[in-house]
Amino acid sequence: MKMTKIVRTTADLFFPFCLVFGLYVVVHGHLTPGGGFQGGAVMATGTALLLVARSYDDVTGRIRKGAMKACEAAGLLIFLCAGFSGLFAGRPFMANWLAPDSALFRTAVAHGPNAGDLNTAGLLPLLNFGVGIEVLGGLTVILLYMLSGIKEEKKP
Amino acid sequence: MTSRLLLALPYFTVVVLIVLGLAVMLSKRNVVKILMGLSLMESAVNLFLVATGYRHDSVAPIFTNVPAGPMALPTVQALTLTSIVIGVATSAMMLSFAMVIYKKYGTTDIQKIKKLKG
Amino acid sequence: MRHVLFSAILLLFFGGLMYLAADLPFGDPPRTDMDDYFLRNAQAQTGANNVVTSIVFDFRGFDTLGEATVLFTAVLGVGMMFRKLKEGEEYEND
Repeated sequence: MKMTKIVRTTADLFFPFCLVFGLYVVVHGHLTPGGGFQGGAVMATGTALLLVARSYDDVTGRIRKGAMKACEAAGLLIFLCAGFSGLFAGRPFMANWLAPDSALFRTAVAHGPNAGDLNTAGLLPLLNFGVGIEVLGGLTVILLYMLSGIKEEKKP
Repeated sequence: MTSRLLLALPYFTVVVLIVLGLAVMLSKRNVVKILMGLSLMESAVNLFLVATGYRHDSVAPIFTNVPAGPMALPTVQALTLTSIVIGVATSAMMLSFAMVIYKKYGTTDIQKIKKLKG
Repeated sequence: MRHVLFSAILLLFFGGLMYLAADLPFGDPPRTDMDDYFLRNAQAQTGANNVVTSIVFDFRGFDTLGEATVLFTAVLGVGMMFRKLKEGEEYEND
């Protein structure tokens, strides 16, 4: 079953915007509503859009399952390494040792309502990024696996 | 009575959703419909958690360009985030199980899956 | 007969839950010490404007670590169920 050309073109058009919006949500996780989990889910929505509009073989040509698995593992690894980095800084596990006054992500934030600055929040953007990558990889792999199961079902 | 109902409308919505989900889970035989009922109850629990942390005339607990005023409780929102992600993971697992059951038995009717009965 | 009994039990359950829900205070949570602490100190201690993110990733970081692990495990489980079947191994459908 094939969708019409209009649907396929629109899905192709919206796919990069899904990715960019999801990345925006991940990167601004410590300033605006959102964060790693939500942004990762938005990015995985782009894959779902492609899967709805195109066939399984088309999508796996563009989005590799192995790459998405690697994404997922790398995300969890980033999270763990960021957690253990607290130990090397002489602080407990998962401690936000970059936060209050340390060059990367360490500008002190104003107290109370302010305009927001990306270069704040210490370890949080790193953790957000790791979780975002992990959720993107995980949800995409789940979607691809489920669709491959459907395809095998129809073959005989 | 009506004003009271309107005052605590989210809690009553939670009750309605939980009872609906339970009714679906207990009365339907299709595995996928049972999972739908489970998801409905999950949403009800998430709504309950968020409603617990609401204060009158409060804003979301995010300080970027926020207007002055009280803020809603942040801890329950963090717990709801956790709950949603776990819900997605378990839903994916359960739906995969449903697909495997359909492949193995050729049906999703729980009454006809005899092999699971002891 | 069974349907009537089922509906009656559900209605009873519904009524009981409604009775419990009517006593809950909406919009005025009774104890807010912990949340007030987070709202006061989150910006100073973590430097994040988003208090929810600072709770999820900093104050309750262990919780999030477990959550990420659960997601990873779920993906592993789904992958295990939809793996390529080996020679001679199949979903028997008899």
